Amino acid sequence: MNWSEFFNMGGYAFFVWTSYAITFAVIVANIIFPIVQRKNVIARIKRSIKREQIELNKDSA
Amino acid sequence: MWHWIQRFSSPKHFYVMSAPLITWFSVSALLIGAYGLYLGLFVAPTDYQQGESYRIIFIHVPAAWMSMFVYMVMAVSSGIGIIWQIRLADMVAAASAPIGASFAFIALVTGSLWGKPMWGAYWVWDARLTSELILLFLYLGYMALQSAIEDQRSADKASGLLAIVGVVNIPIIHYSVEWWNTLHQGATVAKFDKPSMHIDMLIPLLLMAVAFKLFYAAVVLVRARNEALYRDRNRRWVRELVERL
Amino acid sequence: MLKAYYHLLIRDLRLALRSRHELANPLIFFVLVVTLFPLAVTPTPQALQTMAPGVIWVSALLAVLLSLDRLFKLDYEDGSLDQLMLSPNPLMILVLAKVTAHWLLTGLPLVIIAPLLGLFMSLPADAVTVLIYSLLLGTPVLSLVGAIGVSLTVAVNRGGVLLSLIILPLYIPILIFGANAVDVAADGLPVTGQLLFLGAVLALALSLAPLATSVALRITASR
Repeated sequence: MNWSEFFNMGGYAFFVWTSYAITFAVIVANIIFPIVQRKNVIARIKRSIKREQIELNKDSA
Repeated sequence: MWHWIQRFSSPKHFYVMSAPLITWFSVSALLIGAYGLYLGLFVAPTDYQQGESYRIIFIHVPAAWMSMFVYMVMAVSSGIGIIWQIRLADMVAAASAPIGASFAFIALVTGSLWGKPMWGAYWVWDARLTSELILLFLYLGYMALQSAIEDQRSADKASGLLAIVGVVNIPIIHYSVEWWNTLHQGATVAKFDKPSMHIDMLIPLLLMAVAFKLFYAAVVLVRARNEALYRDRNRRWVRELVERL
Repeated sequence: MLKAYYHLLIRDLRLALRSRHELANPLIFFVLVVTLFPLAVTPTPQALQTMAPGVIWVSALLAVLLSLDRLFKLDYEDGSLDQLMLSPNPLMILVLAKVTAHWLLTGLPLVIIAPLLGLFMSLPADAVTVLIYSLLLGTPVLSLVGAIGVSLTVAVNRGGVLLSLIILPLYIPILIFGANAVDVAADGLPVTGQLLFLGAVLALALSLAPLATSVALRITASR
């Protein structure tokens, strides 16, 4: 099977490739979002630790 | 044994134990998925009735299976969380919902795109697509309820109860929609025919199903770890961990 | 236990009857919405008869949905719900009492006015009879399952839309069989299967919904 036939998918190219493309996009989104979420959670916790330390320093000053 | 379960299911322990699992699951998902796609797109023969468009099956069917599997996992974890108060179970349930909803979405979109060449319309109210749509609504309702309640424990238990009520309803909904569909099958709507399953088509399908499961396992672990960090954000183990990052 | 059920039922009915003007609202809504369809689509009798089962049933669904809020909200706000949860009587029985009151005030009126709507929508007499039966079996289920949804969202501010999102998928089987029963009856065909299904769902809901509702209340409404 040559490449152009493969891409054509027997005339159904739009349907097949759009399906695979959208699936791929959703899969990638499901990889990216949790990673970004992790970064945000860690950043948030770090910020609250910092805030608490500032509070403690203020109190002892 | 109870003591062992409690220790094993502590968020801290889970966080540590899950790190290597994520790598393992993602790599195997990638490899098996790649091989499955190769077999499905290049090796599997053309279908006699549906031509090349049937190849959508290799993502549509696994996605549909996963959307239901993940809902089961969600309901069971919620049950475990409510009955035995194991917080890790609540985290897994909450982490699973967006993934399950994604699978339901994929199943609907690919089903619709498969339907156009088959029936000539992008959306048809056939039993499978309609049930899948209702399942998506169940997922969205779960996620909406979780985010609407402020207290974490109440949110977990309330949405957990909703998941369990949903699980009881899913067979009823499936049956009702199936039955409704048999009444309203017009002349224009052909039965949603799976191609007669040649072994060369079955193998890539099963491989993709396994790959999707492994993918879900990897992603749910990442999300559940984020939940663990966030929910225990005031505890010492999290603080010590974050400081080292 | 039966005394507690009876007293709570009477109390809820009495309270509702004090704001009598509010009682008619779901009913008026029901009739109004059904009236919209001939205006929006077409008033020809054939078309109306085709639409009638679905239109009447969906409107009934929405009318019940809108009225569900009153089930627990007022009691939650003034602390009576807390008192009920502290009572020595099983919460399930108390929930059942409140749901019964809700059905008597909302569902039953819908059943009673259904023949009028059958008339508006050109339904033949046989179909109207089946409409009454199907609503009679279906509206209690709507109240029972609705109670689960309300108990989950009682503590959420502006939880109305959330409630709809949660409950409507669960209502779908009742809608399918209820509307279909009327549809089929209009053609003169037997409806035993559909009505039996509705009866079975009612039995299931009666046994499980109060339990789920009381568990949900203890989760969301204990302070």
